[in-house]
Amino acid sequence: MTHLPFIAAAYALAIGVPLAFAVNAAWRMRAATRRLAAIDPRRQRAGAA
Amino acid sequence: MAPSSGRSLHRFANPGRFLRLSGAVLPWLSAAAVALIALGLGWGLFFSPADWQQGDAVRIIYVHVPSAWLASSGYFALAACSVLSLVWRHPLADLAAVEIGPVGAGFTAVCLATGSLWGKPMWGAWWVWDARLTSVLVLFFLYMGHVALVRAFDDPTRGHRAGAILALVGVVNLPIIKFSVDWWNTLHQPASIGLTSAPTMYFGMLWPLLLTAFGYTLAFAAIVLARTRAAVMERRIRGLLMARAASDPSA
Repeated sequence: MTHLPFIAAAYALAIGVPLAFAVNAAWRMRAATRRLAAIDPRRQRAGAA
Repeated sequence: MAPSSGRSLHRFANPGRFLRLSGAVLPWLSAAAVALIALGLGWGLFFSPADWQQGDAVRIIYVHVPSAWLASSGYFALAACSVLSLVWRHPLADLAAVEIGPVGAGFTAVCLATGSLWGKPMWGAWWVWDARLTSVLVLFFLYMGHVALVRAFDDPTRGHRAGAILALVGVVNLPIIKFSVDWWNTLHQPASIGLTSAPTMYFGMLWPLLLTAFGYTLAFAAIVLARTRAAVMERRIRGLLMARAASDPSA
């Protein structure tokens, strides 16, 4: 394959950048869900019922 | 727009309804995005033919063109959210705009970097001050300006309004990006795919490009949806903590 280093770098960026955003979003959602479950009275009532 | 349209828009402003709907859609959207991107990149990398002039470097278009498409369409989505925010005071539009900004900037950076990685072996230069490249660089700065501006105020409402105005002013750059290759004599080639004309690409190259473009579009939507879900929950957390602090100042 010609120009392999250029192709590999382009694909690494095109996979790595969206993956980093996706992992960050999943981590934020998970942290917010846990925090909300701990302090939201509506969720606590729903959990106790 | 008719008042009923404004009401229907605000039906989706309910955070609980948004969290329920987005929670149902997000896993399917993410799975479809991963499948399409994997199929498109695999096809483009291993099964599509090399170009007779560019050699295998043509395979960079399967990641460059989708990121360029999302850089522009992401900014259009940012501007649409800004209109919803300024005209209808739609609360989720503000949050979505804040979350689109960094993702759009990321895809614009990927577009510029992958274009540079294609340009070095093909043009012999990492960068040229070509009208298309320069207008996309301006788009990147507009995204970064929006990211900085919405976070520059103590009062988030003022930040959202300033960001919305900047986003709307920056929309003028989108037609400049699109038509720069027609208006000026640029090194960047004109579009190979258009809505009004048949594609000028070989179908063995067109299909993987369409797959990756559609897959990355779904991925962009899934990332923004997930970030907006997190932002809605974080706003609720801040509200609860402030209410708790107000009701119990000693805590």
